[in-house]
Amino acid sequence: MIREGYINAIVLFGFLLIPICALIIEEPYTITLATRAAVLALAAVGLNIALGIGGLVSLGHAVFFGLGGYAMGILAFHAQNYIPVELGPLTINGTKSMPIIWLTAVLVSAFAALIIGLLSLRTTGVYFIMITLAFGQMFFFFSISWSAYGGEDGLSIYVRNVFPGVNTLVPIQFFGLCFTALCVALFVQSRLRASIFGLVLNSARQTPVRAETVGLNPMRLKLLAFVISGAITGLAGALFADLNRFVSPTMFSWQLSGELIVLIIIGGVGRLAGPVIGSALFVTLEHFLGEFTDFWHIWLGLILLLIVLFARGGIIGILTGKDGPHV
Amino acid sequence: MSAILVIEQILNGLQFGIMLFLMAAGLTLIFGVMGLINLAHGSLYMVGAFAAASVAGATGSFLLALVAAFTVAAFAGAIVEIVVIRRLYRAAHLDQVLATFALILIFSEGTRWVFGSFPLFLDVPSYLSGPVTLPGGIEYPLYRLTLIGVGLLVALGLWWLTARTRIGIQIRAGENDREMIAALGVDISKLYTLVFALGAALAGLAGALVGAIQSVQVGMGEPVLILAFVVIVIGGIGSIKGALIGAILVGLTDTLGGIFLPEFLKLFMESGAATQTGSALASMAVYILMSVVLIWRPTGLFGARP
Repeated sequence: MIREGYINAIVLFGFLLIPICALIIEEPYTITLATRAAVLALAAVGLNIALGIGGLVSLGHAVFFGLGGYAMGILAFHAQNYIPVELGPLTINGTKSMPIIWLTAVLVSAFAALIIGLLSLRTTGVYFIMITLAFGQMFFFFSISWSAYGGEDGLSIYVRNVFPGVNTLVPIQFFGLCFTALCVALFVQSRLRASIFGLVLNSARQTPVRAETVGLNPMRLKLLAFVISGAITGLAGALFADLNRFVSPTMFSWQLSGELIVLIIIGGVGRLAGPVIGSALFVTLEHFLGEFTDFWHIWLGLILLLIVLFARGGIIGILTGKDGPHV
Repeated sequence: MSAILVIEQILNGLQFGIMLFLMAAGLTLIFGVMGLINLAHGSLYMVGAFAAASVAGATGSFLLALVAAFTVAAFAGAIVEIVVIRRLYRAAHLDQVLATFALILIFSEGTRWVFGSFPLFLDVPSYLSGPVTLPGGIEYPLYRLTLIGVGLLVALGLWWLTARTRIGIQIRAGENDREMIAALGVDISKLYTLVFALGAALAGLAGALVGAIQSVQVGMGEPVLILAFVVIVIGGIGSIKGALIGAILVGLTDTLGGIFLPEFLKLFMESGAATQTGSALASMAVYILMSVVLIWRPTGLFGARP
């Protein structure tokens, strides 16, 4: 059996190696696929903080992904059309600068997570799952009916946004940005897990009654975990929109929320590298099975079913021989 | 805005709510008895609609189509319960969500594989098509009126089943204490399969009934499923009475909000902006309703107090 630390190192190294090899043998599409995997992994790392540490089964994380995407879409849309954003008395110019867009994405999704968290955390268990799902639908339908920003058709951004010192139009440089963001998020998660904050959350997940008996109030910590989680997923949304240069209501769709959980479960819930392995495998499957059959979701469904029924710890669970945290 | 339009819209909302009730009743029954959250319930709705459309296409009989929808969905439900769901009763909610999400993928893509991506059509039979004149001179489609009637009959039947029959006693006992009724000699795994198949059959029936006014296509089940979740969150999980009242509330809010919110906003906004804001708000209305209910009563209107 392999130690989890080694797996993490191998996974991240392999993740970096594939696009570099692709650069050498001049396969730019592979770099784009790797970027896609890195961004999806980032979104799932965000969810993993709520799900793996906090035990909050959110089936509505696409809200934050979509908000991040629309933060980028709206700012860049105003910048490319030279129309300022009118917010009542406030007038803001659109921007193509990634740092500003990212900051906006993080703030907006953190704020949404705060409101949604305040409401949903009043409940637990199945109610929590259904409520987060319902909030996801609320944003989905709102984005469809909001025709100022494309409604159902979404928004196209013609040129990728800029980052100081990096040429984002070169695939490998954009990959570098996304991969760095992923590594930072993984670092944040590992620090969180080891901190007192993480320990209390862990205990509240495992034995809620005991945690309350010793005088802990996990509510505020769960809310904080939910906010951090939403913010990271929001950042991933902004990057995802930039990768595709397109935002549409599908970024809010509940299927996406489901897929984010799937990414985590394939790799291993609560594991640091779980979402990374999960999304690498997901993008690979999507690419190769998708080439081979139009109906690749059947196979994804079967794999998922087998993992849920027979391999609770996901791939890292199989490799380390340990189940991992139970949610 | 005339009174006739208002009454028509209320009837539309009622019809929508009653169809949601057929979905929500199955979901809430399955959750109440087995403690299972079933995302694949929408797939069974779709299975029912497809079964009905194929049988109606082959035989031309709408009644046969409904019977087919009911039976095929019940069988599909029973098979799914025996093969997969049975292993999930003791599992965590996360596992239930994932396994039933996997089932959605398998059902949806499987249906697309068999029937293709193009929607099928299920026609309203001639004896139910056309409008009827209600007291007060309101013309209303007979089919939609029939849907309201059928839904109310099903609600009555469900009440009779749970309150007045032996099976119903076992179901209610199972909700309260499953170990005890197993110890008293009730075959609990058979009971579970039965409840699941019953829920599936109701979903299939709803799919077929709604399939005649909308198109029958892959993915038709999920939007309804999520609204049905909203319904049982509002009504309280496990309560059939809550499901009925929640469903009618959601149906009315959704339908009336879409019509009246833009009109209401036009009173103090310019017309274009009012339509825009109104329709955006209306699409969120049921979720806002849900949030309000939750702030007021975290376990729903008729849910068990913790």
